[in-house]
Amino acid sequence: MHRREFLTTATAGATLVVFPAVLRAQSKEPIRIGFPLPLTGTFAAIAADMQKGAQLAMEELNAKGGAMGRKIEVLFRDDELKPAVGAQRTKELIENQKVDFVVGGLAAHVQMAINEQTKAAKKLYISVSQSDEISAKPDTSPLTFHEALNPTITSRAMATYGMQNLGKKWWIVYADYAWGKQNNAVFTAAITKLGGTILGSTPYPLGKPEFSAHLPKIQAAKPDVIYAVTPGADNVPFLKQAISFGLKKDAKIAQPLHFLYYTKEGGAEVFQDIYGATHFCHELAETLPQAKRYVEAFTKQFKMPPDAYSGYGYNGIMEVARGVELAKSTESDAVANALRKNREYDHYKGKQWWRACDNKSFQDLWILKVRSPQQVKGEWGLFDVIGKVVANEELDRTCAEKGFA
Amino acid sequence: MSDVSLTALTAQVFTGLVLGGILVLLAIGLSLIFGLMTVVNFAHGSFYMLGAYVAFSVLGLTKSFWATLVLAPLVVGSLGFLVERFLIRRLYGRSPDDPLLLTFGLSLAMVEGVKLLWGKIGLTVDPPKQLAAAVDLGFMNFPIYRLFVIAVTAAVLVALWVFLAKTNVGLIIRAGSRDALMVRALGLNLNRVWLLVFGIGIGMAGLAGVLAGPMRGVYAEMGVEIIIDCFVVVVVGGMGSLAGAIVAGLLIGEIVSLTTFFAPRLAEIVVFVVMAVVLLVRPSGLFGEAGLAE
Repeated sequence: MHRREFLTTATAGATLVVFPAVLRAQSKEPIRIGFPLPLTGTFAAIAADMQKGAQLAMEELNAKGGAMGRKIEVLFRDDELKPAVGAQRTKELIENQKVDFVVGGLAAHVQMAINEQTKAAKKLYISVSQSDEISAKPDTSPLTFHEALNPTITSRAMATYGMQNLGKKWWIVYADYAWGKQNNAVFTAAITKLGGTILGSTPYPLGKPEFSAHLPKIQAAKPDVIYAVTPGADNVPFLKQAISFGLKKDAKIAQPLHFLYYTKEGGAEVFQDIYGATHFCHELAETLPQAKRYVEAFTKQFKMPPDAYSGYGYNGIMEVARGVELAKSTESDAVANALRKNREYDHYKGKQWWRACDNKSFQDLWILKVRSPQQVKGEWGLFDVIGKVVANEELDRTCAEKGFA
Repeated sequence: MSDVSLTALTAQVFTGLVLGGILVLLAIGLSLIFGLMTVVNFAHGSFYMLGAYVAFSVLGLTKSFWATLVLAPLVVGSLGFLVERFLIRRLYGRSPDDPLLLTFGLSLAMVEGVKLLWGKIGLTVDPPKQLAAAVDLGFMNFPIYRLFVIAVTAAVLVALWVFLAKTNVGLIIRAGSRDALMVRALGLNLNRVWLLVFGIGIGMAGLAGVLAGPMRGVYAEMGVEIIIDCFVVVVVGGMGSLAGAIVAGLLIGEIVSLTTFFAPRLAEIVVFVVMAVVLLVRPSGLFGEAGLAE
């Protein structure tokens, strides 16, 4: 034995004698959670918000000793909003980084690719963005959980609100990928069922925000309301172009979801009187104590209020930790069973629960309307909460409709 | 479709004009650089993107859209000078693949560099207040800003034509693109001409980015998306042909606009169909001369 090796061993030995407790805690490997999300591309701003939520959850959990006495470690990876990259990053997280669970994915098409990887590796996956297929057969699995709302719930809620309050004749503009197509289909069915008319519907390629060629036709059709399924960075250019063609004067505009950061970026002048749904906004802090705590913790940490998708990221990590504590295990099967047995949770905005058949989370949602520039409160007070849709399994397709006998 | 009136089609043709205008500004530079220097500039779209980002910053500093409209393309054009002088010039006389690979790498580096400098999240630029509204053209409401884009494109094309057709430098450029060796033999310094042409082409790409920003927003991927359409325009028009770039640019803009009207889902594909047909019928493009790239 060389002198240096001797010294190292001796020091380690001494530490073992003197600080047994410290060593024991450190020897416990952290629980590792892989988190692929599109840090670049059209959804980059939403992804940054979601990452902050997940990070806050990790820090809050670790401050209380983690789960089962083990620290939580979240490994974020950029999936570039591409299914192939999402699959590759997930595989790398599972095989090389040895993550115990996967949370993440921020697009209907990328989460399917992530889900294929977690299914193959038999790892619990909590999807935290919208998709109809992720919680339905044949794509879902007993280890696939879905924390987010989905197009069915969102578009049914918006159709009901819209038919009562906004108008009967609609035109849909939608991004031509999984989430956009699902919203188009659900919204068309819901409006028709409620006695309204879809005058037309136009697909455009996601992330290519040039709408001018679509607008004259919409203008000529004279709809009461335009339903703009123009997510992420397409949101602001769509509205600006619609306004520049004079469409906002002639028709009301609604969208499935509102995002605080895009609304702030576009400004109240552009977004004024645009309607949309959300599962969370920081204005809820005024009425919900859980939301107040979450908004304050988030704002203290990141110097800005949270946008909606931070909540999904936050809940994804919190639910993994809760499942691990309940199961006293990091085995995916055990954690999934524990979550299904203890379905209810409430981390930041009120009660939610996992439906037994499809591992789908049910939660309240709210209808928002953007304030006029004069009404905006402070830097971030852009939304008026004008309606609430209480969590209800009937808003989604039934278990039978989703392929569960 | 139910309502295919003449008014609707006129409206569609008008929107196509703007789509085409942006493509023309980009394709002309691309074609000019190729025609004279046989450099396939893959980074052209990235300079368009850079133009939009530089405009965002210049607008923040000067608070004047009009100053930005002049300054931002000059900044981007100057960067073009540097790229030609210190990177591309080293590759003259080598296989045309070398500058292609260089500019391809450059475009990747620029996208990442922009994300480092300006952030991964896209930015918004507002058109000036005077141009923000819509004007009633009788058949539709049309944004004044888009009319302005058409006007700027036309003005730049006229200026470029005057420069190439009526000035001595223009004469040298045209001669250089025909026969570089002969021009050299006459004792003219073609290095300076190439520098100038590259700078002008890049500056026009920058201008296209400045103009596009207020319509489409500013984001790092915008150049990578549009470069494909630009190559289609250049191939359809004929590599190296300026008239070809103008005609094909407007043509592609109109085709996209009209396809969007009748079958929106096909709008993405139809440009490639047009390119394939042109390549089959006239392999050198509508205005191209055969064998230019050999």
